[in-house]
Amino acid sequence: MPVDQSLVGRSFPPTPAFAVTEEGVAAFVATTGGEYAGGPAPATYPIVLAFDAMNAFLQSEQVELHRIVHGEQRFGYERPVVPGDVLTATLTVSSLRQIGGADIIGTTSAITDADGTLVCTTSATLVHKGADA
Amino acid sequence: MSELATQTFTITRDDLVRYAAASGDHNPIHQDEAVATSVGLPGVIAHGMYTMALAARAVDSWFPGAEVVSLGCKFTQPVVVPAEHGVDLEVAGVVSTVQDGLTTVALTVTSGGQKVLGMPRAVVRA
Repeated sequence: MPVDQSLVGRSFPPTPAFAVTEEGVAAFVATTGGEYAGGPAPATYPIVLAFDAMNAFLQSEQVELHRIVHGEQRFGYERPVVPGDVLTATLTVSSLRQIGGADIIGTTSAITDADGTLVCTTSATLVHKGADA
Repeated sequence: MSELATQTFTITRDDLVRYAAASGDHNPIHQDEAVATSVGLPGVIAHGMYTMALAARAVDSWFPGAEVVSLGCKFTQPVVVPAEHGVDLEVAGVVSTVQDGLTTVALTVTSGGQKVLGMPRAVVRA
């Protein structure tokens, strides 16, 4: 099932507001063997929101998560994410091409705070292997 | 170019379960051997984002408390995580440039001697 080319440039509805808590950040830090002592969340933490946005996008396009492999991920920060932030992610499909039976989907998620100010822009390349690929 | 101390992490299946819970990424290719092999993977693989999180932890250990301005990489090789004992991940880095208060770190992330991330790079305010 090739992904629809008309998706390029389309933005999806913002994800529900996500409250960054010390507990959530501490749990994330603990997975890497670290100990959270307060302050900014780790640099890859906004993936939690970007992943929500990606799931909503995949569901709307009826793409199964287990057929997705992550190709690339970038984070560009305006300021660090800190506990107390209430964030939402808005995903836009930036590119789409087919290579060898796989869809290569470029997405960009703008992560904004409760005031609507941009905190972080994160881009992901998702490789979708169809059932017959 | 100044070299930074290489950091070694061991990734186990339990780590992937914990990472799935903390990140919300419950893709079964990171948990279930049968699903992973059904989509052509050699076995259960680590979340690319988990590998990237470990790379970010190495950067934080080199520049404690420094603000990360950008971080990016390609996921070029899957990190296969055997059910027993897991697998080691090595994160090496060199400072490539220091300009206008920003330090750019070029990383090399390998598992079993093979590079698993493409062009991993971090820019920190340090």
